[in-house]
Amino acid sequence: MIDVNNSTYHDKVVIRLIQFSVIWAVVAMTVGVYLSAELIWPTIDFGQFWLSFGRLRPLHTNGILFGFGVSALMGTAFYSVQRTSHVPLFAPKLAWFCCFAWQLVVLTGGISLLGGMTSSKEYAELEWPFDIAITIVWVCFGIVFFGTIATRKIKQIYISNWFYGSLIIVIAMLHIVNSLAIPVSLTKSYSIYAGAQDAVVQWWYGHNAVGFLMTGGYLGMMYYFLPKQAGRPIWSYRLSVVAFWAFVYSYIWAGPHHLHFSAIPEWVQSLAVVMSIILLLPSWASMINGIMTVSTAWEKLKTDPALKFIVLSLAFYGLATFEGPMMALRSVNVVSHFTDWTIGHVHSGALGWNAMVTYGTFYFLVPRLVGVELHSVRLANIHFWLALAGTMLYIIAMWGAGVSQGLLWLSIDEIGELSFSFKDIMSSMTPYYALRLVAGLIFLGGTVLMAYNLFMTLKGRDAVVVKVPPVDPAYGVNS
Amino acid sequence: MSGLSLHKKLEENIGLLIFGILFVSSLGGLVQILPLLNQDMTEAAKNTRVYSALELTGRDIYIREGCSVCHSQQVRPLIAEIERYGPYSRAEEFIYDRPFLWGSKRTGPDLHRVGGKFSDDWHRVHLVDPRAVVSESIMPGYPWLARRNATQAGNIVAKMRGLRYLGHPYSDEDIEAAPGQLEGLKEIDALIVYLQRLGTAYTGERSQ
Repeated sequence: MIDVNNSTYHDKVVIRLIQFSVIWAVVAMTVGVYLSAELIWPTIDFGQFWLSFGRLRPLHTNGILFGFGVSALMGTAFYSVQRTSHVPLFAPKLAWFCCFAWQLVVLTGGISLLGGMTSSKEYAELEWPFDIAITIVWVCFGIVFFGTIATRKIKQIYISNWFYGSLIIVIAMLHIVNSLAIPVSLTKSYSIYAGAQDAVVQWWYGHNAVGFLMTGGYLGMMYYFLPKQAGRPIWSYRLSVVAFWAFVYSYIWAGPHHLHFSAIPEWVQSLAVVMSIILLLPSWASMINGIMTVSTAWEKLKTDPALKFIVLSLAFYGLATFEGPMMALRSVNVVSHFTDWTIGHVHSGALGWNAMVTYGTFYFLVPRLVGVELHSVRLANIHFWLALAGTMLYIIAMWGAGVSQGLLWLSIDEIGELSFSFKDIMSSMTPYYALRLVAGLIFLGGTVLMAYNLFMTLKGRDAVVVKVPPVDPAYGVNS
Repeated sequence: MSGLSLHKKLEENIGLLIFGILFVSSLGGLVQILPLLNQDMTEAAKNTRVYSALELTGRDIYIREGCSVCHSQQVRPLIAEIERYGPYSRAEEFIYDRPFLWGSKRTGPDLHRVGGKFSDDWHRVHLVDPRAVVSESIMPGYPWLARRNATQAGNIVAKMRGLRYLGHPYSDEDIEAAPGQLEGLKEIDALIVYLQRLGTAYTGERSQ
C-alpha cells in the first residue's frame, strides 16, 4: 500500500460552495416566482425599472445557472475529484479564490443586469467586464481541477471526472467565442457577429450551455454520487465511456434547432435536426446506466430521500432528453417554438433533473461532510414530494399554455383569415400562468425546507478531517 | 492496437483526454459556423440601411429593457405568420444587428414588422401605460423612458465609432452630427423611432 504522506482532503471549500449554491437557489427561484406573478399582475413592478420583467428575467436564469448551478458543480467537482484521484486539491488557495470570486461575479453581475447592463444574448447576458472575470475564474477552476487529476495517485481517471472536465473545457470554449465583442464603454459592447451569424453563434453557445453545464456537469455529479449513494459500482463502465464520447460529439451540432424557420441556411437547420435525434442515444445511455446501477438496491429508496431524489432526477432527465429531440423536429417545432412549451421543457430539465440531482447530492453530502446524520429525514421526504408535485404541475401548466398558443397562433379559418387575435390568445393564458405560479411556489417551498434542513445539519459544525486513504498498488500510478 | 487499448491511454492521460474533448466538441461548430462567418454579405448589404444615431439609441434601449425577452423579431415563412405580421424575415435585413434580437419567446407579438403599424402617439401612450390602449395587455409600463433624456442612453459617438470599426458604414459627418440629433429628445422618442423603422429598412426584392 502506498501511504500518501498523511495528507487530508480539502472539504471546507466544498461546504462553502454548497452553502452559496443553496442561497442562490432560494434567491433565484424566488425571483422566478415573482416573474410568474408579473405575468398575471403586470403592475406589480410598481413602475420600478429594477423590478421590470425584462431585467428581472435574466437575473432569474443567470442566478439559477451560474449561482445555484455552477456553485454546486464546482463544490461537488472539488469533492469528487479528490476522492477519485486520492490526493488533496491541487492549489487549494486557488480553489478558495474560485469559490469567492465566483460568488462576487454572480452577485455584481446580477446587480448589473437589474441596472440594464446586458448583451441580450440568452444565458450570456452579462457584459464584457463580467465576461472577462468569468473567464479568469473559469481558468482557475480548470487549473485546480485538472491539476488535481494530474497529481493523482490512481492510474485511471474515473468517468465522473471526464464529464466535469468536459464542462470546464467546452464551456470555456463556448463562452469565449460567443462573448467576443467590441467594448464602447464600461457597460456596453457590440458583438463581433451580426444578424444571422450572431444567431448561429449564440445558439451554438446557448444550446451547449445547457449541454455541457446542465447536462455534462450534472452527469459528472450523477456518475460519482449515484454509485456512492446506492453502494453499487456503475452498471456498465463501458457504456458510460461510449455515452461520453457520443455526448461530447453530438451535442454541439444541435444548437441551430433553436432557429428553425429562421433566416439561417436550411442545411444548418436540417443538420441540427438529425444530430438532435442522435443525441437521444447518449442521453438515454447515461439515464439507463444510472437507473440500472440502482437496480439491485431498490429497497434503499424506501428509507433514503437522497437516493430518491437522484433516481427521480434520472427519470426527468430521460423525459427532457426525449422531449428535446422531439421539439427539434420541424413539424413539432412549428407549434412549440416561441411558446411557453419551451419554458416548460427547460423547467422539466432544470427542476426535474438539475435541481433534483443536486438536492439528492446535497442531502447525501452535507451530513457526511460534518460527520452527523441529516437534521431531519422527514423534512427531506416532504421536500421530495413538494419537488415532484411542483415540477409536474409546472410542466403540465406550460404544456397547456404552450400547445394552446402554438396551435391558436397558426389557426386559419375556411376563408384563409386568422382565427384568433394575438391578444385574445394571450389573455386566455391566465389560468395556466396561475397554475404555474402555484407550481413555482410549491417547488420553492421545498427548496426553503431543504435550506433549513441543511442549515440545521451544518450549524456550529466544522468539516470532518478526512485522511487520504492509501492506494492499492494494483491501481496506483506507479504500478 | 485495438480501439479499447487506445482508449485505455486516454483514460490514463489527462493531457490526451483534454485534447480529445476539445477536438471532438469543436467539430460541430467548425462545420456549422465557419461557412456562415465567411459568407459574403456585401451584395445584400446595399439594400439594407444602417441604423441612424437615433435608431441606434432606441435599439440599445430596447436591449437594455429586455424587450427581446418577450418579443421576437423573426417572422417565420408560414401562412399564418405572414398574415399576422407581414413578410417573413430574411438574413440580409439583419446585417447591422449587433447583437441579433430574434428572441426565443412570444409572450407579446413579434415586432419585426411593427414599423408603421401604429402611430407615434399610440406608442407613446402604450410604452408608458400599456393598459391604457390595450386593456388585456400584460406588458410592463416603462414610465422612466419618458423622463430620461436620449443622451443619457450611452455615448453615441463611442458607439458609432465602435460599430464603424466592425464595418458599419458611418461617415465622419454622421458621427459628428450624432449628438445633435439626440439633443432635446427623450429615451422614449428614440425607442419609438427604432420601433417605427423595424422591418422597413430593407429596400430590395421581397417575395410574399
